Amino acid sequence: MFDLSDDQQAIVDMVAQFAAEELAPHSAEWDETKHFPLDVLRAAGELGMGGIYAAEEHGGSGMSRTDAVLIFEQLAKADPTIAAYISIHNMVVWMIDSFGNDEQRAAWVPSLASMETLGSYCLTEPGAGSDAAALATKAVRDGDEYVLNGTKSFISGAGASGLYIVMARTADTGSKGITAIVVPEGVPGLSFGANEKKMGWNAQPTRQVMFDDVRVPVSNRLGEEGSGFGIAMKGLNGGRVNMGACSLGGGQAAFEKTVTHLKEREAFGTPLINQQALLFRLADMETELETARTMLWRAADSLDRGKPDAVKLCAMAKRVATDAGFNVANEAIQLHGGYGYLADYGLEKIMRDLRVHQILEGTNEIMRLIIEGWPPHERG
Amino acid sequence: MKIVVLLKQVPDTADERKLDLDTGLQDRDASDLVIDEINERALELALRSKDADKSTEVVVLSMGPDSASTSVRKALSIGADAGVHVVDDGLAGADAARTAAVLAAALKNVGFDVVIAGNEATDGRGGVVPAMIAEHLSLPLLGNLVSAELSADGVRAERQVSAGTQSISAPLPALLTVTESFDEARFPNFKGILSAKKKKITVLTLADLDVPAPSGRTTMVNTTERPARAAGVKLTDDGTSATALVEFLASNRLI
Ligand SMILES: Cc1cc2nc3c(=O)[nH]c(=O)nc-3n(C[C@H](O)[C@H](O)[C@H](O)COP(=O)(O)OP(=O)(O)OC[C@H]3O[C@@H](n4cnc5c(N)ncnc54)[C@H](O)[C@@H]3O)c2cc1C
Repeated sequence: MFDLSDDQQAIVDMVAQFAAEELAPHSAEWDETKHFPLDVLRAAGELGMGGIYAAEEHGGSGMSRTDAVLIFEQLAKADPTIAAYISIHNMVVWMIDSFGNDEQRAAWVPSLASMETLGSYCLTEPGAGSDAAALATKAVRDGDEYVLNGTKSFISGAGASGLYIVMARTADTGSKGITAIVVPEGVPGLSFGANEKKMGWNAQPTRQVMFDDVRVPVSNRLGEEGSGFGIAMKGLNGGRVNMGACSLGGGQAAFEKTVTHLKEREAFGTPLINQQALLFRLADMETELETARTMLWRAADSLDRGKPDAVKLCAMAKRVATDAGFNVANEAIQLHGGYGYLADYGLEKIMRDLRVHQILEGTNEIMRLIIEGWPPHERG
Repeated sequence: MKIVVLLKQVPDTADERKLDLDTGLQDRDASDLVIDEINERALELALRSKDADKSTEVVVLSMGPDSASTSVRKALSIGADAGVHVVDDGLAGADAARTAAVLAAALKNVGFDVVIAGNEATDGRGGVVPAMIAEHLSLPLLGNLVSAELSADGVRAERQVSAGTQSISAPLPALLTVTESFDEARFPNFKGILSAKKKKITVLTLADLDVPAPSGRTTMVNTTERPARAAGVKLTDDGTSATALVEFLASNRLI
């Protein structure tokens, strides 16, 4: 379980090379100019990163969640923001591939898997974040169409995406009255807010998505009416493991930079690495990362096997890995001294990017609630 | 069309490369072993022909020790259809003439319309093996190319020479060698990596090939390690540095 197969090693090598050549050299500039690199995402799509764990039938790569964890760690070593967007996109593709019918899968998965079309996941609203089941965006049936009205907030990729999975209320029955509906770009009544000014994640847009009498055919519904909340939560299980892997990759990059820096930087007549106090800090950083990696592999394996403890393990892994990544990035800044605070050293960007992983796809407080059997109606 | 790409496994140029001073051979354990980058460019040229015409078959052929099979496998993951690995203890330390004779025999065995090789390997840097193979097989040699177009009717290509660019062409079968002007290989995609194991690698030994016994071979008389890099010359400008610089360049035959 803890050894990579030859295929996995080849995949890690390829993704690491792709990330080093296509992401790393540009990531500082993309952050500074808020550039969302559609061409690079398309190149990632050609390599199979658009539908990592979607079935091969409609163009997915048919790989495992464990493979995905390996892939996101490597991508995030070069750029956590791009890695994280690719994760969100994969969540959307998997939801359509898993809960869509054959026509829907055939219509949408191929261009999503190649990343010619990008996907966004629309759950959060101005009035419903952690308490997502309180969402208010409405979808009212009118003949063969749904009419959507409402506002989604914090939507990653919004404005650039071609397909939006929208969790909308079709009945006033709490989490059981939510339905997942696919809304394509360009339909009348669909509009976007300004690109949010953020602490990090600057290389991908975050916007509000507004629905003003948006009409889509009933055939755009994923699964049955009322199954949307379950679909949204199932998507997030895998999403959380991926997001944890993005934190792991960012943290790993920060750790490696720190080891190099301490070997080179001299003070008090000797390289800093010779200070045992600092060596202890490195040991703790590396241990924290390895703990996170181990949890992520375990959670991904549980998802792959469809085990009943998967939800809990994914929540634990997300909590552990996103905290580990952020802590290590923060420590890395401290051990770099003043240089850690300078943008040119690349560490403050890692810290800014990883900060949001502790907040989104369920905050780390919400992870604790899930671990102890929340929401109450899901408790056994 | 069947294209055979010649592929050599070499020490990664990004690592420190070492000679074993006793045998005069490269120390294969000293660095990562990878497909020579120039061969990846050759492979990319072949794969573009395949992109344009799906019926094109791309086979990679490598002569080398057991370890070379990982490079053949990598080429399969990038997109080659099949691999041929010539491996035999009797070939350890083979010189250029012997290598060419063996590869020519293997090519006859495999069959081809076009053979694509790199103009020279990054380790040995002899740059003579492709020409020798062409001679063995009586093939037109289009060497040192900067661009090439392959079709069922033949090859049209450009070669940079000191006086300018030559446009050359040849009917098939033919042998091409590419230079760094060609594009780097594409990344292997996930499907390629996962399907590489299902593709066939044929292993050939000397016994499978009709190679005449060598009449002689080059022997390594002496090897010396490259001297450690010395610090460069520093010119301090006291008003005469332009003259000093010109003298330095002229005395080192750099101008
Ligand atoms: C950059 C960015 C990108 C995002 N992308 C997307 C996206 O693509 N799609 C999408 O749908 N959403 C997205 N989100 C939204 C994100 O998922 C939410 O912000 C998150 O779920 C938290 O919701 P909230 O902001 O409303 O916070 P609140 O729910 O208001 O929480 C505020 C605080 O209270 C805590 N809290 C809340 N309830 C409890 C409780 N019961 N017990 C203990 N503590 C509690 C929270 O943990 C948090 O610390 C994104 C957010 C950001 C910042």
